[in-house]
Amino acid sequence: MKLFRYLFIGAIFGITLAKAEVISWYRIYEMFKFQSFHMYGVIGSAVVIGVIAIQIIKRYKVKSVDGKPIHIHPKQFSIPRYLIGGIIFGLGWALTGACPGPMFILLGNGVGVILVVIAAAVLGTYVYGLLRNKLPH
Amino acid sequence: MSEIIAFISQPWPWYVAGPIISLVMVSLILFGNTFGISSNLRTMCSIVGGGRSCEFFDFNWKNQIWNLVFALGLVLGGVIAHSYLSPNTAVNLSVSTIEDLKALGIDQPGAHLVPMEVFSWESLFTLKGFIILVVGGFLIGFGTRYAGGCTSGHAISGLSDLQLPSLIAVIGFFIGGLFVTYLVLPHLYSL
Repeated sequence: MKLFRYLFIGAIFGITLAKAEVISWYRIYEMFKFQSFHMYGVIGSAVVIGVIAIQIIKRYKVKSVDGKPIHIHPKQFSIPRYLIGGIIFGLGWALTGACPGPMFILLGNGVGVILVVIAAAVLGTYVYGLLRNKLPH
Repeated sequence: MSEIIAFISQPWPWYVAGPIISLVMVSLILFGNTFGISSNLRTMCSIVGGGRSCEFFDFNWKNQIWNLVFALGLVLGGVIAHSYLSPNTAVNLSVSTIEDLKALGIDQPGAHLVPMEVFSWESLFTLKGFIILVVGGFLIGFGTRYAGGCTSGHAISGLSDLQLPSLIAVIGFFIGGLFVTYLVLPHLYSL
């Protein structure tokens, strides 16, 4: 089953974020208070290794496991879209202490009420879809 | 075997977690996909029929099943970490954070992953709980799609590809996050 690999990688990611306490509301609070290096270390080291890995993939034209060329699409430039959208996301991130990945991991950790947060996030996504054409992008 | 379990059951330091996150991103790229979890929220809108009322959700969501399975893996990873790899639930917060949280009126900061008095079904019916869980969740969903990605899509994938838009988004994440942490949470927790 091809889909099994995604389940496996997802589980690895879930265990990692749970064991590194990235899914903790308190860790996000601590990060925004600049009181610990932990979250900056997690994201920073992931990005440093990520930059090197993507440069290798691009320079050596590494193929996907299915033998297809890998395209990493550049994002279309805009300031309002990323800045305003980012700020709105940041408000929610600091309130709930969870971004979309940790929401699902917290569910697995038995925090049942996170289902309401996920449902609210789906609703927020839907409302964005409705208003999309009226918003600056 | 039990020694290995005991070893990995300790909290993982940042220099273990960060590289594994890059490995997850690279694996998804090598599988021919991209690393971005918030896309699942859009897919869920499409599955429940959002495409009928809004063209933004009118797409073939079956191409996104791999990402939903990845999200299911996240839940599974949470179950495994919680059931087999977490002898205690305490979070190793810095001393100054614990003091600040006590000043906010939070009981036993860091005793669990989340403040239990907020993350409960009863708290949904309080103003504080409603704002944190429902309004917070809504803003995440709205903001992440507006910005075209969340922490995984922008802060990890986008920055790793040296994308300027992602840097702008991450700066936005921090403007919003700092505003809430310094100016909203103190009032919210005094409700």
